[in-house]
Amino acid sequence: MELVTIILSGILIASATYLILSKSVLRIIIGVSILSHGVHLMILTMGQLKRGNVPVLDDTVSSYSDPLPQALILTAIVISFALTAYSLVLLLRNYKELGTDNTEDMKGVPHDD
Amino acid sequence: MTTNILPMLPIILPFIAGVIMLFIGKRPIPHRMVSAVTGLMMVGIAAFNIYYVYKNGAMVTFISNWSAPFGISVVYDMVAALLVFTTSLVMFFVVIYSFQSIGYERERYYYYPMVMFMITGINGAFTTGDIFNMFVFFEVFLLASYVLITLGSRKIQLQEGFKYLVVNIVSSNFFLVGLAYLYSVTGSLNMADIHIKLSNYDGSLAIMTLVAVVFIFVFATKAGLFPLYFWMPGSYSAPPMPVIALFGALLTKVGVYAIARTFSLFFTSDTAYTHQVLLLLALLTIVAGCIGALAYTDMKKVIIYNIMIAIGVIIVGFSMMDYAGTIGGMYYLIHDMIIKAALFLLIGFIIYRTGKNDAADLGGLIKQHPVVGWTFFIAGLSLAGVPPFPGFFGKLYIVESAFNNGHTFSAIIVLLSSLIVLYSIMKVFIKVFWGEPSEPIELKDIKSDKLLFSAIGLVIVSTVFGLSADFLFPAFEMAAEAFYNPSSYSNYLMGVE
Repeated sequence: MELVTIILSGILIASATYLILSKSVLRIIIGVSILSHGVHLMILTMGQLKRGNVPVLDDTVSSYSDPLPQALILTAIVISFALTAYSLVLLLRNYKELGTDNTEDMKGVPHDD
Repeated sequence: MTTNILPMLPIILPFIAGVIMLFIGKRPIPHRMVSAVTGLMMVGIAAFNIYYVYKNGAMVTFISNWSAPFGISVVYDMVAALLVFTTSLVMFFVVIYSFQSIGYERERYYYYPMVMFMITGINGAFTTGDIFNMFVFFEVFLLASYVLITLGSRKIQLQEGFKYLVVNIVSSNFFLVGLAYLYSVTGSLNMADIHIKLSNYDGSLAIMTLVAVVFIFVFATKAGLFPLYFWMPGSYSAPPMPVIALFGALLTKVGVYAIARTFSLFFTSDTAYTHQVLLLLALLTIVAGCIGALAYTDMKKVIIYNIMIAIGVIIVGFSMMDYAGTIGGMYYLIHDMIIKAALFLLIGFIIYRTGKNDAADLGGLIKQHPVVGWTFFIAGLSLAGVPPFPGFFGKLYIVESAFNNGHTFSAIIVLLSSLIVLYSIMKVFIKVFWGEPSEPIELKDIKSDKLLFSAIGLVIVSTVFGLSADFLFPAFEMAAEAFYNPSSYSNYLMGVE
């Protein structure tokens, strides 16, 4: 089970890398959010995947699953949610002001201070 | 162990101030008042905390009284105390500076709340004792910084802001990857607990080296170490001057602090490899920064490349991880936060007054602004580390430590970099203040009393810091102990068990 998820997260990170290297701003943003999915899946795997166990710390329970990675992922998901929302707004504003969503054209804007 | 409120105040206060300002609405004058009062209160509290920590040792607060390795703990040791004090001080002066420079529209659209939220995140990252919590605070100040870098929506800001956003999101994701590896090895997130677990660690060194490399990648991107500084010169020159001052003085230093903290606590088993990599990167950063500082005449760019040199010097100190190296690193870290903010505010005044970014277009300003000119001169000397200014003490200890550890070459590079810093900053000084301009400069009529108050105030603070370096030495010694003797940091866990 661990092997499958870790390979899956590898695939996600690889495709995210491909998307981030493209020139379209929207693709980069999608790539960044896929990257965070891959990373979250990896954190989940690091806590070892066990099914059917309760997340309690008690002397009588000998087999329990680790609740901490899930708590971490929950926090990380919320953060990446906010980041995706913000970067989409930034994309919109970028498109309106600079008139392009191609990163090639996004260099050499003169200083207009 | 009781739940002490004092270490929480530097995190809570700016947060509450930010929320209050959101409720006030788009009214700049109350925003100004709230943020300036908060700044003053934070400086007072942080100063008291330094005294308190000096008398009683590190303050530890367990949030919601969850005992240490399980809940989140806030560890306010001397390192955190000094850094939080400097952050508050820089924030206060930059907020005052913003009154007359940031522009009415930005003030209306929640500039001050964003500054406050950024300070919340920075102070949190300095004081937290939990590595995942540090990630969360990193995200808090990064989100605020994304807003600050694009606030105002000028074209250059949008363009550079997007690059800054993508670079930082990617490196934050790698922070999570590093955390996941570390958690799978140690099964803990509390930094002190991880240190105790790793000091009895007999597993594979390869995985710890991997974690070290991921952490170097992440924090080097935040701090602007070679070769991951590529985003810094562009992004830091885009936003308005007070924002650059905050970024240049504080954000990169959080990365440096995170490197120092994680490398002293976690990666103690294979220092021959990890700390050598760090040293090499630091030296390359110094060289790259020197090349940049010599190449540009644009005043902002010169100072931005000087940030890189300073970061390289600090990391050289911390990569030695001995008594002298860490004391030097701490001195230089605090010194650099103050003096970089001061220099940015000074050249900000020149840019606002003349409307020109490039030092080559300017000249002869000493006639109109003798005080600013000589203050800039003092700030330049302080930056280069001429005694009695504080940069000297930091460099003295760092160079001493490098010689003691047999890194003669590193010590020579650090010494040579001081000369280049001095040359690059004096070049700006001579071009701007002496001689005659190539074409007559039209000075803009701006209100500048608060600009000058902040800029000259910070230079005075820096000079006082230099003159009182001897008096402050016990505090810095105490701060450095957390790095070269990490068990002094982690022994608060002993009382809990």
